[in-house]
Amino acid sequence: MTEMVYGAAPDRGGEPILPKWWRTLDKWSMSCVLILFVIGLLLGLAASPPLASRNGFDPFHYVERQAFFGGVAILAMLLTSMMSPTLVRRLAVLGFLVSFVALALLPFLGTDFGKGAVRWYSLGFASLQPSEFLKPGFVVVVAWMFAASQEINGPPGRLWSFALCMAIVGMLVMQPDFGQACLVLFGWGVMYFVAGAPMLLLVIMAGVVVLGGMLAYSSSEHFARRIDGFLSPEVDPTTQLGYATNAIMEGGLFGVGVGEGQVKWSLPDAHTDFIIAVAAEEYGLILVMMIIALYAMIVVRSLLRLMRERDPFIRLAGTGLACMFGVQAMINMGVAVRLLPAKGMTLPFVSYGGSSLIAGGIAVGMLLAFTRTRPQGGLGEILRGRG
Amino acid sequence: MTRTPLRPLARVLEARAKGQNPAAIERENIHKRHEEMRDSTRARAEGRLLVLAAFFFCAFAVVGTRMGVMATAEPREPIASASGASIATQRGDIVDRQGRILATNFETHSLYAQPPLMVDPMAAADGLVQIFSDLDKDRLVKDFTGKRKFLWIKKRISPEQKQAVHDLGDPGLLFGPREMRLYPNGQLAAHVLGGAGFGKEGVSAAEVIGVAGVEKKFDTYLRDPANGAKPLQLSLDLTVQAAVERVLFGGMKIMNAKGASAVLMDVHTGEVISAASLPSFDPNDRPRPPTSGFDPSDSPLFNRYVQGVYELGSVYKIFTAAQAVDLGLVNSNTIIDTSGPMRIGRFPIGEFQGKNYGKLSVADIIVKSSNRGTGRLAIQIGGKRQQQFLDGLGMFDPTPFEIVEAAGGKPLLPKKWGELSTVTISYGHGLSTSPMHLAAGYAAIANGGNYVSPTILKKTGAQYGPRVMSNNAAKQARAMLRKVVTSGTASFGEVPGYEVGGKTGTADKPKPRGGYYDKKVIATFASIFPMSDPKYVLVVTLDEPSILAYGEKRRTAGWTAVPVAAELIGRVAPLLGLRPKVEQPDPAAIRLTAN
Repeated sequence: MTEMVYGAAPDRGGEPILPKWWRTLDKWSMSCVLILFVIGLLLGLAASPPLASRNGFDPFHYVERQAFFGGVAILAMLLTSMMSPTLVRRLAVLGFLVSFVALALLPFLGTDFGKGAVRWYSLGFASLQPSEFLKPGFVVVVAWMFAASQEINGPPGRLWSFALCMAIVGMLVMQPDFGQACLVLFGWGVMYFVAGAPMLLLVIMAGVVVLGGMLAYSSSEHFARRIDGFLSPEVDPTTQLGYATNAIMEGGLFGVGVGEGQVKWSLPDAHTDFIIAVAAEEYGLILVMMIIALYAMIVVRSLLRLMRERDPFIRLAGTGLACMFGVQAMINMGVAVRLLPAKGMTLPFVSYGGSSLIAGGIAVGMLLAFTRTRPQGGLGEILRGRG
Repeated sequence: MTRTPLRPLARVLEARAKGQNPAAIERENIHKRHEEMRDSTRARAEGRLLVLAAFFFCAFAVVGTRMGVMATAEPREPIASASGASIATQRGDIVDRQGRILATNFETHSLYAQPPLMVDPMAAADGLVQIFSDLDKDRLVKDFTGKRKFLWIKKRISPEQKQAVHDLGDPGLLFGPREMRLYPNGQLAAHVLGGAGFGKEGVSAAEVIGVAGVEKKFDTYLRDPANGAKPLQLSLDLTVQAAVERVLFGGMKIMNAKGASAVLMDVHTGEVISAASLPSFDPNDRPRPPTSGFDPSDSPLFNRYVQGVYELGSVYKIFTAAQAVDLGLVNSNTIIDTSGPMRIGRFPIGEFQGKNYGKLSVADIIVKSSNRGTGRLAIQIGGKRQQQFLDGLGMFDPTPFEIVEAAGGKPLLPKKWGELSTVTISYGHGLSTSPMHLAAGYAAIANGGNYVSPTILKKTGAQYGPRVMSNNAAKQARAMLRKVVTSGTASFGEVPGYEVGGKTGTADKPKPRGGYYDKKVIATFASIFPMSDPKYVLVVTLDEPSILAYGEKRRTAGWTAVPVAAELIGRVAPLLGLRPKVEQPDPAAIRLTAN
């Protein structure tokens, strides 16, 4: 009746984009990301000159590149975070299709840069790692499928997404890139967990993993030796892990001082996989604790915000993105402190690397878009009921 | 959730009657259900998200704590031996039955280079070539100036060499401690001990692993740090072993044999007191195994007493006689007709040098070593019982002797055990076994009819296995063996005071491609001593012996293996603590001196 007399209720969609974005954004998380990026630049100043001098560039060549790519990444993050979930979904699905094809074509068109695994496209001025861009797209697609399967008369999205997941894991293992494969598998698992995996299945899976591990430990001498070596308190001081451990010990609480560190000269991956060791040596425990706190804050805050979300797609996609982001950071730091077996994994936003930086920016932008405050329950229902 | 569509026609009509749009009502219904579903899934997801958030919080906290613990720990000098922690050093010693060292460890150094640290690669290469004459200078210079960051130069160097390299003063030449296996007695008991080599190698330590003999057989035991202080005690006696090897070597030379072996075994326990195989080698510097194309028995690594599987000939006759007595078919005085001709199928069974002994007692069949006599006994016993008996003596399987090579000494059996096999095996042809098998068989006769399995480990007390013949059969067999020495083919075997008994065996060596050599034999003497209270079995085997005696080339065991065995017993028996049996003094004489 009211509509017939007074016309439609005023649409709040007319609110300007920027104020709406700023009002609903998770400003804390975004600040954390920006701080992380600054820390990454700071550590790049310390960690990359040895590499630059080895490769015959000016000392800060890599820092400049990092700053450039970082700028692009932040721009991408801001733009993405302004999009509506639907738009994010559409673009992400398109992006996923493109990167999926790119991943599939890697064995024919990619290069391995002499590192033994074909993971990159060489673009002349930069290299591109499709699996980095695949991950956020994959999360969105899987979330979409899960959400669709929960609708009335929905398609069997779990099965589809599982098949997709296995296909990607297979391609990654063939490269071989076990780290990314694990990450993709983990992302799917987390989303399945939140989407309501049966409790029994979870218990059985946990049992199988524990049992399998024990079986492998007792039956395979090779496996047992690796685990024992990993568990033993002694570490060979001439391995990467040995250098990293030593660097963390040297650093102590306040570090040995800016530019005074030694580990960057001996570790080939000081600017990527072991950047946390450089941080620990030069700036000490303080900075490391701050980095850990920033990551923890982004992940935990995002998850807590998603708890209020009623839309299953947004909830799942946000969960997947946040968990992948968190786990990647955790694995990188866990390796350096020898909580986890050695595995090459970059520290998001802090490690040097063009594709990983831009892809990380897009992923976090999506996460921010999903965690924006939205009308939930009560009020939204009333508004919809009017239509 | 049950579906409640507005389907029933009655409700649709009702709605129409009230002027409502049924489609709108249905849409409303579905929307409501959708909302309910969203709320319920959110409630579940809320809990799970909380779990996830808690998990991440804890995980980051753990990483942080660990980081804190590591950062606040006192930085310490990296321990040099850290990388060697997984390499267990201190291999257990091996000692003889009296606790004398047979194998132990020795601290030496390895030499390696790190070219990036070198001050003057040319001078270093020069100096090294002067210290180690076998190094190639050009090669060293190439390695030192090339891209290599690390290379081994010598696996083991002596303290003098280490000092000399140290005096070169190049910081790029470095030493790693190496524990090496040392056999202080040189060639002694080489085939038993085997040898050891390096397994997993690190800069600061290397794993010593057994490559042959007891070193390999007991490798896990010796490497187990839990047994660290406890050495592996063998049944060998160092002094006896030394005497056996010396005498056997001399005997081999005199008899112009190309190889020889001796096994001395305790008849009650199966302990091998001494085992020798010549030619021998030095386990400290174990030679390389022969490349294919050679007869493996030409290599010094060939272990004749377990791997030397040959038809050993007439030494087997005593088993036939003992079994015949055991079964009650005959006793040692039963007369058997050994006159010829004797044919099994189309094969004639002949005697040595075409002799014909006529009618002989069972004891004399052994003493004169009559093939036809034992053949006739075997026909009475029958193939089946013969097989059971020999199997009981362990003649059909590799010996359980605890060195890795023993498993390779698998007896060769006839493919089909017909009557011909029964007869030929009764005098030791057609069945190939090692001297170790034979020693175990003779030990059963010596100890009164019990199987003992040969062992290299020290035992205490009798180690009898299943009984294989009656005490009476064993006793009669021993009497026959004694007679072989006092008035038979082994008359050179008499050692005054030690009452030796035994049986000779001379078998033609098989050609590699079938058939037998005419003038190449394996001469064997299996003996038991002292006969009145048997304690030891000694099996001596000579490979292709020949000696000129009384104007004739002699190859039979009686002329070759027996004198060597007699010399061995004369030398070894006192070391074993056996008293020579002296003739009883006349009681009257004592009385006379007393008066």
